[in-house]
Amino acid sequence: MCGIVGLHLREPSLEPRLGELLTAMLGQVVERGPDSAGVAVYGDPRLSPPGRAVVSLLGVTPHQAATALPDAVVVAADATTVVHAQSPVAELLATIATALPRATVIGSGEGFAVLKGTGNPVQLAKEFGLAGVTGYQGVGHTRMATESAVTPEGAHPFSVGPGQCLVHNGSFANHATIRRELRAQGVQFDSENDSEVGARFVAHHLDRGADLEKALRLLCERFDGFYTLLVSTADSFAVVRDAIACKPALVAETDAWVAMASEYRALDVLPGIENARIFEPEPEEVYVWQR
Amino acid sequence: MAALTEVDLGASSVRDLNQALHAPATESAASWRVLNPRGAHSVACGLKDEVTVDVEGHVGYYCAGMNQRATVTVHGNAGVGVAENMMSGAVRVRGDASQSAGATAHGGLLVIEGNAAARCGISMKGVDIVVGGNVGHMSAFMGQAGRLVVCGDAGDALGDSLYEARLYVKGKVKSLGADCVEKEMRDEHRVELAELLKAAEFDQDPADFRRYGSARRLYHFKVDNSTAY
Amino acid sequence: MDMDFASRGLRESATFDRATIHAIQRAAATGVYDIRGWGAKRPLPHFDDLLFLGASMSRYPLEGYRERCDTDVVLGTRNAKYPLHLDIPVTIAGMSFGALSANAKEALGRGASAAGTSTTTGDGGMTPEERGQSKHLVYQYLPSRYGMNPDDLRKADAIEVVLGQGAKPGGGGMLLGQKITDRVAGMRTLPVGVDQRSACRHPDWTGPDDLTIKIGELREITDWEKPIYVKVGATRTYYDVKLAVQAGADVVVVDGMQGGTAATQEVFIEHVGIPTLAAIPQAVQALRELGVHREVQLIVSGGIRTGADVAKAIALGADAVAIGTAALIALGDNHPRHDAEYRQLGSAAGYFDDFQDGRDPAGISTQDEELAARLDPVEGGRRLANYLRVLTMEAQTLARACGKAHLHHLEPEDLVALTIESAAMARVPLAGTDWIPGTPGAVR
Repeated sequence: MCGIVGLHLREPSLEPRLGELLTAMLGQVVERGPDSAGVAVYGDPRLSPPGRAVVSLLGVTPHQAATALPDAVVVAADATTVVHAQSPVAELLATIATALPRATVIGSGEGFAVLKGTGNPVQLAKEFGLAGVTGYQGVGHTRMATESAVTPEGAHPFSVGPGQCLVHNGSFANHATIRRELRAQGVQFDSENDSEVGARFVAHHLDRGADLEKALRLLCERFDGFYTLLVSTADSFAVVRDAIACKPALVAETDAWVAMASEYRALDVLPGIENARIFEPEPEEVYVWQR
Repeated sequence: MAALTEVDLGASSVRDLNQALHAPATESAASWRVLNPRGAHSVACGLKDEVTVDVEGHVGYYCAGMNQRATVTVHGNAGVGVAENMMSGAVRVRGDASQSAGATAHGGLLVIEGNAAARCGISMKGVDIVVGGNVGHMSAFMGQAGRLVVCGDAGDALGDSLYEARLYVKGKVKSLGADCVEKEMRDEHRVELAELLKAAEFDQDPADFRRYGSARRLYHFKVDNSTAY
Repeated sequence: MDMDFASRGLRESATFDRATIHAIQRAAATGVYDIRGWGAKRPLPHFDDLLFLGASMSRYPLEGYRERCDTDVVLGTRNAKYPLHLDIPVTIAGMSFGALSANAKEALGRGASAAGTSTTTGDGGMTPEERGQSKHLVYQYLPSRYGMNPDDLRKADAIEVVLGQGAKPGGGGMLLGQKITDRVAGMRTLPVGVDQRSACRHPDWTGPDDLTIKIGELREITDWEKPIYVKVGATRTYYDVKLAVQAGADVVVVDGMQGGTAATQEVFIEHVGIPTLAAIPQAVQALRELGVHREVQLIVSGGIRTGADVAKAIALGADAVAIGTAALIALGDNHPRHDAEYRQLGSAAGYFDDFQDGRDPAGISTQDEELAARLDPVEGGRRLANYLRVLTMEAQTLARACGKAHLHHLEPEDLVALTIESAAMARVPLAGTDWIPGTPGAVR
């Protein structure tokens, strides 16, 4: 149970303000999820310089990462450690698996980093240095854990494929079976969190050639429960709600940006909101914005 | 003319606003203007006197919740459950309303000039709701009494499990819920609808609307209805 | 008779016993599921499976009457301007006017007030009789919102947001047409005589994040004066209690599966939820982990019958208990004097559970004026007050035996279990051992 915010910029001149705007949005949904938080940011030159493989990690200290990965640049952000290197993503991931076997990968890809931690989301945003982040797209989540532990690993976003990111408000009702099915097909899980099952399911279908819209339609068919999902990739920003659509969602759109949030107050902080087209996503309709 | 009291939610809390609004109305405090709501929740809820409140901007959940006698106008959009469980008075949303607008409301008039999302008028118990635009799915679910007027279209499962609420829709109805059926528009319905449209200050012709109500087939547990429960 | 069958070599199937055979025959004949009142009737691990370790040599007991053993409880200290101060930790659970007669509601109010405790409305609004006769009245806020009125909200001493009840966690209310009389229909804005079914989810919020905002609204409407309870049926109790606290509850009410109902599908009553005994340690663990045990109060209900049950629930960590079925029995439900009439209804004294039917000879679960008139609210109130006093004195007897100057000083370490099942659920050792079966701290 949670608060969701997301911002997809169309106007490049706003990119220097991405982190500042995302921080302000996140601060408006703290009440919905006071126990932990996470963000995914696309295009920040410090966290994810162009052309370099980026992997976001939990369970290691920056010092351990720097020691184990001498060729990588290490960036510390609260519980998260981001490393980037001049190599293919798969190669960096393989190196990490060997050199840092206890690390949990919470995001990988190019031009993309995931930061997670536990505690008050406003304080976490400070620890992340979120206000100083730049880029073209960002997603944030504040969490009120329902049935799984309050840990950095349990925080959203769940990023389980290259540049992919899923945040969820609600709770699934048949995720245990779907987790078993995916495990039987070789998919590995990092947590007992229901939302991770959603992320793995989407990644699994993207991996098999579905586009994001198709993957989310399949999710609607397979998953019981209540959900508002914000799902992003390096070039897409998508929103979908379950058939009953009890969990809140608002989308606002201008020529300069598309934004999504659980509550209006998180959108109110955006420049030009007074002229935005604001609407509620319809149930089981997949909305995708492409870059 | 009573004096106008302004409250800026950029400077005051919702708590301070509501506490002030809950004080007995006086000549000098019968008219209120609320600035910078910025999506705040529970704005002007629990009012019980004949005061007028104009909210200048978008509000969050439960604006004008459980309203009694007051007139509240939101010059913007309203979040979940605007005027939920209203007893009397009038609430007007100049923009759109989120889900569960007018939920379980017993009386008064709720006007939404834009669209209302899912579950508009859910479990309504006597309120009159007039929506200028469309309503979302499951609107008037279990509606017990009152009238819901929709000048645009209605989403899926309109009037599911309806009791005695009366529904009027001008546009298309995507689907009717269990036990909700179209009913004949008779003169008394055109008269009642004209009054509602007038009260809402909407310039619409009652002749363009269709009426929906309960078929009353689910009023008793019977074997023939088992698939509908 | 059964003995006779046995001696003739007839054997009843344990799987298809006579009750099961009857249920199949009933379903085949009618085509609708069975709806009844009361709570779970199957045998369940319960408080009877726990025993107190009274004081002896290593600990010192207190003398009855002379030496202090207090019983008061304060509910809603966390956020409310006016918490509830009760003399005894036994409250009356929510039961609606509609399910019960107006006289029964009034009797509950009278009995509770005389004993210094609270009573609770139900899924049908607040009647003037119960408000008038109840010193402390808790107003339920339910999915149906029947009769929900802000004036009554302001008249209430506390507000209970109901997510579910032990008899049917995940299900909505029911009231059959026989009981939807003019007055009940008027209070609920329903057509007279309909079989009323209520929603299982609240109409304008779902989940703890939105409940946070809903509780905020209720506090705003009542100017932060009143304690706000959150009531859940016991299932995933550990998580639900944590979330209720995070959503802002002052008091959490956990109703185990033995908790009663006026009308619910039999399949729901017997097959959904967990026993009260299993729910309490989960709830207490959740409160302790959040550091709010005793700051956010825990009320436990579902099968409380004796002062021993009260004392054991409190020893396991509850602040108070609530009674429903037991209170109705105190008013006269299932009394042998009505046996002939119960038999006319196809039941018998001690078996009657057709609360849904509205023909209760005791005049309690009915809206029939003649039947309802049989219950004198003053006399019924007196019987309930007597019963509440006995519960309290019994609980004090046990607490004093354990050397406690307040019922709240009872602790899990004062208890042992008679069975492995109850030891695992209540998380106290099997008597004479230090063995608590189960995985420590594991919750599901």
